[in-house]
Amino acid sequence: MRKTTEDKRFLKTEEMVLNMGPQHPSTHGVLRLKIWTDGEIVNHIEPHLGYLHRCFEKHCESLTYEQIIPFTDRCDYLASMHMNHGYVLAVEKLLDIELPERTEYVRVIISELQRIASHLMAIGTFSLDVGGITPFTWTFRDRERILDLFETLCGARLLYNYIWIGGLSHDLPKRFLEKTTEFLDYFETQIPEYNQILTGNKIFVERTADVGIITKEVALNYGVSGPNLRASGIDWDLRKNEPYSIYDKFDFDVPLGKGTMGSIGDSWDRYYVRMLEMTESIKILRQAIGSIPSGDVNAARPKKVRPKEGEVYSRYETARGDLGIYILSKGKNMPHRLKMRSPCFCNLSVLNEISADWMISDVITILGSLDIVLGEIDR
Amino acid sequence: MNFSEIADHLNQKLADKFVIKDGLDVLFVQPENLLEVMSFLNSDKSTSFDTLLCITAYDDKILGSAYNLFSLEEKHYIEVRVEVDRDNPIIPTVESIWKAANWHEREAYDLFGIKYEGHSDLRRILLPNDWEGYPLRKDFVTPEFYNGMPVPKDKTDWE
Amino acid sequence: MISSIADQLSQLLPQVPYEILFVTVVLIPGTLLFLLMSVNALIAVYMERKVSAFMQDRIGPMEVGIFGFKGGKKFWGGIGQTLADAIKLLTKEDTIPKDADSKLMILAPFIIFTAAFLTFIGVPFSEGIVVSDFNIGLVYILAMSSVGVIGIILAGWSSNNKWSLYGAMRSAAQVISYEIPIGLTALLVIMIAGSLNLQDIVSWQANNRWIIIHSPFTFVAFFIFYISLLAETNRAPFDMPEAESELVAGWMTEYSGFRWALFFLSEYASMLIVSFIASIMFLGGWLSPVHFITSTIDSLSFGYLNTKQYITFFDGTLWGVFWMFAKASLLIFVMMWVRWTFPRLRVDQLMDLCWKYLIPFSMANLIFVSIWELIF
Repeated sequence: MRKTTEDKRFLKTEEMVLNMGPQHPSTHGVLRLKIWTDGEIVNHIEPHLGYLHRCFEKHCESLTYEQIIPFTDRCDYLASMHMNHGYVLAVEKLLDIELPERTEYVRVIISELQRIASHLMAIGTFSLDVGGITPFTWTFRDRERILDLFETLCGARLLYNYIWIGGLSHDLPKRFLEKTTEFLDYFETQIPEYNQILTGNKIFVERTADVGIITKEVALNYGVSGPNLRASGIDWDLRKNEPYSIYDKFDFDVPLGKGTMGSIGDSWDRYYVRMLEMTESIKILRQAIGSIPSGDVNAARPKKVRPKEGEVYSRYETARGDLGIYILSKGKNMPHRLKMRSPCFCNLSVLNEISADWMISDVITILGSLDIVLGEIDR
Repeated sequence: MNFSEIADHLNQKLADKFVIKDGLDVLFVQPENLLEVMSFLNSDKSTSFDTLLCITAYDDKILGSAYNLFSLEEKHYIEVRVEVDRDNPIIPTVESIWKAANWHEREAYDLFGIKYEGHSDLRRILLPNDWEGYPLRKDFVTPEFYNGMPVPKDKTDWE
Repeated sequence: MISSIADQLSQLLPQVPYEILFVTVVLIPGTLLFLLMSVNALIAVYMERKVSAFMQDRIGPMEVGIFGFKGGKKFWGGIGQTLADAIKLLTKEDTIPKDADSKLMILAPFIIFTAAFLTFIGVPFSEGIVVSDFNIGLVYILAMSSVGVIGIILAGWSSNNKWSLYGAMRSAAQVISYEIPIGLTALLVIMIAGSLNLQDIVSWQANNRWIIIHSPFTFVAFFIFYISLLAETNRAPFDMPEAESELVAGWMTEYSGFRWALFFLSEYASMLIVSFIASIMFLGGWLSPVHFITSTIDSLSFGYLNTKQYITFFDGTLWGVFWMFAKASLLIFVMMWVRWTFPRLRVDQLMDLCWKYLIPFSMANLIFVSIWELIF
C-alpha cells in the first residue's frame, strides 16, 4: 500500500524510529536496519553493516594465492563454489593458464549444481518471510540432496575449498554423474509442486506483486546485478554475454522479468526469475553431463603460483549477481591488494530507494526478494 | 572499443586531463579533473559508461582509488585511477553520476581514509563507528586496546 | 442447572450449609472446563505439530513417550511431547523486562484466559449438557470472546517493545473488524432458527434441516463465517499480529514460561470454542451425519417423506457429545491445514478483505436469506 497525499494540518503525527536489529528472524544474517516509520509506512531506511566483517581483504595480503581459496568460501557461504571459481578465474587470468577440458566441464557442473542449491535456499527463505512455511521445508529437502552430492565430492557440505588454481582438488568420485542425473530427474518432478504452492498462490501474489519495483534506471545506477537485474528487464547474464570457462558451448536461455503478475521488476518477478533459472541450470547440467570428456583434471596445475606484475579485474556470475575480483599483483606469491566486489553489497544499497512509502511487512518482502548474504557484504 | 580507441576518443575532447603510463591499460587522472572526465565518460554517446562496477582503494606508497567502469550498451570496460598522497587524501566524489559510488566510497574511506569531497554521508560502513585508524593501509599498526579490551599479541593458543 | 443440582444436594445432605454446597457445585464444572481446556491444548498442539510435519514432508515429534508408552516408529512416537513441554514451561524463569509495566504485563494473560474460560460456560456439548443455559447464549458467547482483545492490547503495550506494540495494534484492528461479519452471519442463523438460545438453534436443525444446506446463501455464509473465525483467533493466513518472521512473536515476544503457556492455552481454547460455535450454528451441533442425510431427504421432498423419525442411528445424548467433538476436530484440522498452506496477508490487505468484501457480502446474504425465508 503506498502512501497517498496526506493532510497534515489537523493531525500531528511523529516519526517513529524502529530498529530491526542484528538479531531478527528475517534479515538473512546480521544486518541492522534503522527504519523511520510513520505508523506502518516507511519513510527512510538506513542499513548498518559490518557485524560480520572479518578483515578478508587485509588478511589476503599476508596469504599466498592458494591459501586464499578457503577464505573465499566463507564470503558467500551459501554459494561457496561460485566464490572459489570466481577467484580462481581471476588468478588464472593473471597466470595465463590453459585448462584441460575435463576440468572446465567439472567446474561447470559444480557451479550449476551450486546455483540450484543457492536459488532453492533463496526461494525457501523468501517464502518463509512472506509467511508460507511449508515451501521452506520442501526446498530445504531438495537442497539437502545437492549437499549430499557435494559431500561425496569433497567431504564438506557448505564450505568446499574444491576449485583450485589451475585445476580441482581432486577428480569426481565414482558414480557422481549417475547420482547427479538421478537428482535431476527427481528435481524436475518437484518444480511443478513449487509452482503450485507458491507461484500462482493468490495471497503470495498479493504480497509480492508490485512491491519494491526496481526500474531499469535505478538498477543500472546502483550497480544491481544477477537475478535482480534480469527481473527488471535488462538482458544481461555474464554466462551468455561474456562467456568465461566453457559456457559458450551450452545452449540455454536467460529468463527475464516480464511483469506477469504486476509490474516489471517487482518482487514476484525476482522470485520467478530464480525459479526459471533453476530450470535453465538443469538444461546446462544435462548437456554437460552428456558430453564430459575424460582426462586428468590437474594436468595444468602450476607448481608455484607467482603471477606477473600487473592488475586484473575479473567478473563472474554467481547465484546472486556479478562478482568482481580486482587483484593488484607485484610479482610475488602474495597479492598486493585483493578486492572483492560483492554483488550483494550493491544489491543492498538499493533498499532505501525502493522501499520508501511501503509498509514494514513489505520491507521484509523486498529484503527477501533481493536475496542477500551478509558474509559477502561484510567480507 | 578497446582501450587505445577509448583513449584516442578521449584525447580529442579532454586532451590533457589524463595520463597513460606505459604497460598499463589505465587512465590516470588528477583529482581536480576527475569529475569532468567521469561525467564525459558517462554521458558521451560512443563511450556511455553507465555502470560503475567497483571502486578499489589501494596503497602503493601513495594512496589511490581505482574505478572500474563498464558500458552495457557498447560492452567495453575501462579503468580510471586517481592517486593522492597520504597526508591529505581528498578526491571528489562521483556519487552524483553513479549512485553505486555511495557505499563503495564509504568503504574506501573506512578502510583507507580517503576523504571523498561532496559525499552525502561519509562515515564508516564496515568497521565500528568508534574505530581509530585505517586498517588496510600498509603502515597500519594494530592498536593495543579497543574500548578498554586488550588486543592479544600472542595467538599461539588460539587454534 | 447449577442451582437445581445444589437444591437436590442440599436435600440429600441437610447438615452441610447451602452456601458450601453451592460453591462446590460451581467448582466442579469449573475444574472440568479447565481440564477440558488443558487436555484440548495438549491434544491440539500435538495434532498441529504432527499435521504440519506431515504436510512439510517430515515426521514431527517422535521421541517422548508418555507414562511408559513409547509409541511406534510410524506415527505415534512423540505422544508425551506436549506434556513434557508444559512441564518445561512451568519450570522456566519468569522474565519481565526492566522498563515494562509489570502489573499490566502480569494481568494480560489472565484477562485472555478468563475470556476464553467464561465463553465455555455458554457452550452446550449436547442436549442438556451445558453449564449455564442462557437464553441469549449466542450473544453472550460473541461478547465474551471479544473481551480477549483487551488482553492482547495490554500485552503488547506493557512489554515496552515497539515490535510488540505493532503486533497488538494490528491484532486489535483485526479482531474488532472481523466481529462484524461474524455478527451479521450469526444474525442470519438467528433469523432462520428464531432464537438466540444455542440449544434452540440445534433443535430447529433437528426438526428441519442443517442450516448449512438451508439455502445457497447460508452455504456462502458458512464460509464467510469460517474465514472471519480464522481472523478472530489470529490464525494464519491472518496471523499478522504474531507473524513469526516479522515480529519475532508479535505481542507475545516478551513473555516466557507459564505466562506464555497461558497465551497458548487460550489460543487453542478459542480455536475450540469457535469450532464448537460454527458446528452448532451451521453444522447441526450434536446431530449425527445420519440425521444430515435423512433431514436433507425430508426437506427435498417438501415434508412428504419423514425418514428422520424412523432412521435414527447414532443418536442420543452421549453420541451427541461425540459428534460435537468430531465436528470441532474436523474444523480445527481444516484451520491447521489452511495455516500451513498459505502465506500471510499483509495488514492492509486483511482489512481490505474484511471491509470491502466480507461485510458487503454478508449484508447482501442477510437480505437474500430474509427473502428466502419469506418465500419458503
